[in-house]
Amino acid sequence: MSFALLETRGLCKSFGALEVSRDIGIRLEPGARHALIGPNGAGKTTLVNLLTGLLRPTRGSVLLAGEDVTTLPQAKRVKRGIARTFQINQLFRGLSVLENVCIAVSERFGLAGRMLRPAGLRTEVIAEASRLIELLQLAADAGRRVGELPYGRQRLVEIAIALGLNPKVLLLDEPAAGVPSAESHILLAAIGALPKDIAVLIIEHDMDLVFRFAERITVLVSGAVFAEGTPAEIAANRDVRAIYLGGAVDA
Amino acid sequence: MTQLPAAESLAARHRLRGWEALPWVAGIAVFFLFPSYLAFGTQVLVMVLFVLSLDLVLGYAGIVTLGHAAFFGTGAYVVGMLAMNWGWNEPLSGLLAAALVAGAVGLASGFVLLRTRGLTLLMLTLCTMALLEEASNMGSAWTGGFDGMPGLTFKPLLGLFPFEQLSFRPQYLYALAVLFACFVVVRTLVHSPFGQTLTGIRENLLRMHAVGAPVHRRLVTAYALSAALAGIAGGLFAQCNAYVNPAVLGLDRGAGALIMLILGGYGRLYGAFVGSLVYMLLEHTLAKAYPTAWQLGVGLILMAAALYARNGILGLAESLRDRLRGGIGR
Repeated sequence: MSFALLETRGLCKSFGALEVSRDIGIRLEPGARHALIGPNGAGKTTLVNLLTGLLRPTRGSVLLAGEDVTTLPQAKRVKRGIARTFQINQLFRGLSVLENVCIAVSERFGLAGRMLRPAGLRTEVIAEASRLIELLQLAADAGRRVGELPYGRQRLVEIAIALGLNPKVLLLDEPAAGVPSAESHILLAAIGALPKDIAVLIIEHDMDLVFRFAERITVLVSGAVFAEGTPAEIAANRDVRAIYLGGAVDA
Repeated sequence: MTQLPAAESLAARHRLRGWEALPWVAGIAVFFLFPSYLAFGTQVLVMVLFVLSLDLVLGYAGIVTLGHAAFFGTGAYVVGMLAMNWGWNEPLSGLLAAALVAGAVGLASGFVLLRTRGLTLLMLTLCTMALLEEASNMGSAWTGGFDGMPGLTFKPLLGLFPFEQLSFRPQYLYALAVLFACFVVVRTLVHSPFGQTLTGIRENLLRMHAVGAPVHRRLVTAYALSAALAGIAGGLFAQCNAYVNPAVLGLDRGAGALIMLILGGYGRLYGAFVGSLVYMLLEHTLAKAYPTAWQLGVGLILMAAALYARNGILGLAESLRDRLRGGIGR
């Protein structure tokens, strides 16, 4: 068994009597391209929140590079290399695209608490942010306020911010949600071009994207892992087809 | 590497512009042109400093507070009590003490308060102010209680320039100089990476946590710094006017500062200048013209501002400028 970058063991989360995560065990190796699918309410976003530390599990543990990070707060996990995007954009809407990315980068460089030299003169921060903006083909919009951008472009800013944290593990929560089909190819290209050494966990309803992108797929139903395997295995799994894919997948 | 145009404009943002000399040139011009208005001018300068401190927490960090007068009052009382009870009446060290104590009160209260948000936070800031106000009432042996501390005396500024209660000339220049020094501090802060993260916290708290920022620590730091600046404003008030009364801690002052900041335009540094000046001039001239009904006039003008100039006078000016530029560009 090779080295697991991110791993969960027996992860459970209940809100009162409601069990939203039940005994979840998943593992991501370096460079993994892993998709998490499942019907609405299966607990996909809850799992992301458990992985990032936004929520504490009721039982079970989260391991990052072999170390137990279950009790670490969100900020500390980010420093250790877990970054995420949100299902619904969480951006600094009043600021420019460049500033959005700079905030993440200066946080990663440990410069964000500095009070003297102006942010505009931190050339190392701006250079790194500019590199990511170009990587995601946002250069033409770098100076525009994020709130003015079309939704699809905003989704790219989400990814740029997450990459600004130089993650080892990147969690993409429905990156294509709300993106008009005319713009989704840019997003697909951006996701396809993510650095190879990053382990990526993607939650997505767009099966086209999932089967094109993922090397492994986990199916979550009612808070528990229902099936796991390669895209071919998942597509061939009769139970998955019955429950989730409705038998309409040709992989 | 090719430089993005946006990077160039970001790198240019903190640079001083020509018009930024305007408030200071105007401040000095008033000294020579309107010698009979220097007492009023001093009150405006003190208020600008207080509103500027509020802009740091409210305009930049998005901490909604109605109780910022707690720190103004703390500064005023520190200076007053030191002078009245212990004969510590050297002005500059008095201001330093005011800043330190108000900053410490800001640090301690902020540490607890800033775990909350929204209306809870608003209520707690009011409570902090009310607690301090009551403390000043109860400790009357040291604070003068309800009567405050009238007739304070201070040593000459820098050992050279005595305070003058009639002309207010030394006080005016002193207030202008202190305001300038504090403004340089605030301006540096808001353009620094620290200031950038405050804006980030204001714009999206959830995202700020997700980029790994120690949000609570940043907010408490900003709150304490702002409290120290408000404390300096309060200390300046006590020194220039030679008295302290419980009104320095009251809701009137806290809410007044908020109104001035919104009127001028928050999160813009210069909103504090414009808002305080316009509000106090209005108050001053209307009170002279209609001694009984002046508040009605102030109220109507504020309503008009709230309805038609959401981002304050400076916001209105900015949108006019953009419209003019757009018209030329297209």
